[in-house]
Amino acid sequence: MNIREMIDVLQGKVLVQNHDPNEELPLGGAADLMSDVLAFGSEGMALLTGLTNPQVVRTAEMAGINVIVIVRDKTPPPETVELARDSGMTLIRTGYTMYEACGRLYKAGLPGLGLVKMVNDSW
Amino acid sequence: MIPGDMSNQEITKVQELIYTTRVESVMASDVIVIDPSMTMSQVKNFMRENRISGAPVVAESKVIGIVTMNDVIRSMEDGKLGSPVTEVMTTDVRTVLMDAKVAEVVNNLGRRGFSRLPVVDHDGKLLGIVTTGTLIRSLLLQMDKSFQKNEAEKLYTYRASHIFQDISSDDTGLTLRYFVNERDFDNAGKASSLIKRSLQRLVVQPQIVRRVGVAVYEAEMNLVIHTDIGGEIVVEVRKDRVNISTVDHGPGIADLKQVLRPGFSTAPEWIRDMGFGAGMGLANIKRVSDVMKLTSDPGHWTRLEMVFNFGPDPLLPKTELEKSLTRGSQ
Ligand SMILES: Nc1ncnc2c1ncn2[C@@H]1O[C@H](COP(=O)(O)OP(=O)(O)O)[C@@H](O)[C@H]1O
Ligand SMILES: [Mg+2]
Repeated sequence: MNIREMIDVLQGKVLVQNHDPNEELPLGGAADLMSDVLAFGSEGMALLTGLTNPQVVRTAEMAGINVIVIVRDKTPPPETVELARDSGMTLIRTGYTMYEACGRLYKAGLPGLGLVKMVNDSW
Repeated sequence: MIPGDMSNQEITKVQELIYTTRVESVMASDVIVIDPSMTMSQVKNFMRENRISGAPVVAESKVIGIVTMNDVIRSMEDGKLGSPVTEVMTTDVRTVLMDAKVAEVVNNLGRRGFSRLPVVDHDGKLLGIVTTGTLIRSLLLQMDKSFQKNEAEKLYTYRASHIFQDISSDDTGLTLRYFVNERDFDNAGKASSLIKRSLQRLVVQPQIVRRVGVAVYEAEMNLVIHTDIGGEIVVEVRKDRVNISTVDHGPGIADLKQVLRPGFSTAPEWIRDMGFGAGMGLANIKRVSDVMKLTSDPGHWTRLEMVFNFGPDPLLPKTELEKSLTRGSQ
């Protein structure tokens, strides 16, 4: 699935575009906890989140993520949009809930990480 | 060292610009417009004086038609130079919205054969005009900017990555120091972002940059969230590893075992609302680092040390032979 197809599936609105819409997305992930993003985030992953603060952009950046989808049609504050623009992030908004946004993408063929192993009570 | 294939990159850049740039940033905003009260003969003189071959006809800031040199010639042939412009102009005007993407202009100018498109806002008010000329000029300008940015970044990378060869000593290390303020959420994560970029410039292996990024970001957030007076991050880049430590002067940690337990957190509710405080930070750091050590004097200070070992010689540039070997194996 490429970015354009993802936007279609989510009926999303692009808030910041820093990538070619034809760019392929290897997989998707969803988290509202920043430590989860850091633990599970992988290079090129599209991140779905309900958070809108600028820290989401920073966290994604550190995890090598460069496409963020904000669910439930929340409007991120201008600081978030600005940081996304400056750090080369593509920011998309969708009216679907986290559950439905993930479900639609998965159904349309965007894979996830698969089973995640727990090692001594941590990841 | 400097990757080639610029042409391919630049082609992608054009595509990207076309799909991301808004029309209003490539339009000419000083539009010469024609008043509906003019006759075709006045239009003819007006176009000649202004050296233009066409212009929108505008009434009350709205585009009501478009008139071109072709229309002028036609009315001369038909002996209609005395007619009002409103009788001759094309009224079915294709306009483009200010926030449309340049791709839409390219489509209209190219495939449909229009030579100029008036740009309007959502109320239909005329804001500017795009022609092939204005379009190409601004795209070239933007490409030049991004090209220069890329080149500058490459140059930095090239220079920085040579430090370990250019400086001779028995053991060279590069120390980077960052100060982090408590509760400063506007800047939280900035140091980590700078550290990540610095390591990339030093051509540290990408997997290691990633692991360092995750760890140092968690550590930085702990300084922001859990300390009374902030702290500092010291990064030491050596030939074979990166050592990172964070130090702060309070409040310290009473029970080290407890805080290392995944899921344990003392973060308040409002921190959790921001997506932090899941108690997984130290666990994350432990997972991605090769060595991790947390020490503290409760009531006084906390110190976190992390080590990331490189694989074989990432900071030494590959010889031509090695390069050709890796290329061959791909
Ligand atoms: N620099 C520090 N100073 C004091 N306490 C700290 C520091 N770093 C971590 N802690 C304590 O360790 C706990 C666990 O940290 P961490 O695993 O990063 O989870 P979180 O930050 O989500 O709470 C924190 O809740 C806090 O009580
Ligand atoms: Mg933490």
